Amino acid sequence: MKKDNLKIAGKFLKSRLIVGTGKYKSFPETAKAIKASGADMVTVAVRRVNILDKKKPILTDYINPKKIIFLPNTAGCFNSEEALRTLRLAREMGGWKLVKLEVLGDKKTLYPNMIETIKSTKTLVKEGFKVMVYCSDDPLLAKKLEDEGASAIMPLASPIGSGLGLQNKINLSLIIKQSKVPVIVDAGIGTASDATIAMELGCEGVLVNSAIAHANKPILMAKAFKDAVVSGRNSYLAGRMKKNYFASPSSPIKGLI
Amino acid sequence: MAKIQINGKKISIKSNFSIQDLLKKYKLADKKIAIEHNGTIVPKINYKKKYLKNNDKIEIVHFIGGG
Repeated sequence: MKKDNLKIAGKFLKSRLIVGTGKYKSFPETAKAIKASGADMVTVAVRRVNILDKKKPILTDYINPKKIIFLPNTAGCFNSEEALRTLRLAREMGGWKLVKLEVLGDKKTLYPNMIETIKSTKTLVKEGFKVMVYCSDDPLLAKKLEDEGASAIMPLASPIGSGLGLQNKINLSLIIKQSKVPVIVDAGIGTASDATIAMELGCEGVLVNSAIAHANKPILMAKAFKDAVVSGRNSYLAGRMKKNYFASPSSPIKGLI
Repeated sequence: MAKIQINGKKISIKSNFSIQDLLKKYKLADKKIAIEHNGTIVPKINYKKKYLKNNDKIEIVHFIGGG
């Protein structure tokens, strides 16, 4: 059987779980959770270096970009200009061309500004970036992103960090069915079963941060997500049974005493 | 002497101070960072030859945890 690996922009990933590196209590905890998750790609943010404290540990002291794929993101950017600036800096930092674009539109909901997102995608693709795009779950806008050259479509399940899970399975299914590039559910996943449901719908992967980092036991939750994603994928590939309105006995009637 | 701004903080530097010297000063020479000099990204190969002058604005960024 051919290995069922996730392929994004020509790159093969062993795991269909991508994890964020934010919100953990400490760097050692971040590193342990990533290891337990089995993810081979992690999202990272770009921020100013703290020049006042030269000895303070930094993320790359604990997570080696040579051993795990860094996916620079534009979290916190509210317009195309800020997002482009961030990703150009990320590319300069280590040659990263595969990036996650996230242009936010509203501070309360962190809902994506799709007009700025589409504009940024266009420019980034032109500049040679491979762009994985955080987006709303509107199938038409998702299609537009694909047409503009996005390498992956990443619709939200519900608002970032909300843990509300999949709120619109119909829209996600429509996006999955129409897309030729991988669809990865990003944002809003609350617990392992949400990831399984997303994978059963036919998503190519899920991106999880808060649900792991804010669990009571983040390292155990990372393991739960690893298994949940594998289960969901297998379940999708296996193809679920048909739903019936009435019961159907599991034991044969013939030979009943 | 020249006064420059680095990551929003005003500092004084000696004259003939390059970006490379600045990185050494902050122990960042071997770190994964990127630099903007007055809004323009400076390629790594230019760190040694890019000298800083009065009122220059420098931004030094790196990767931090994020989702």
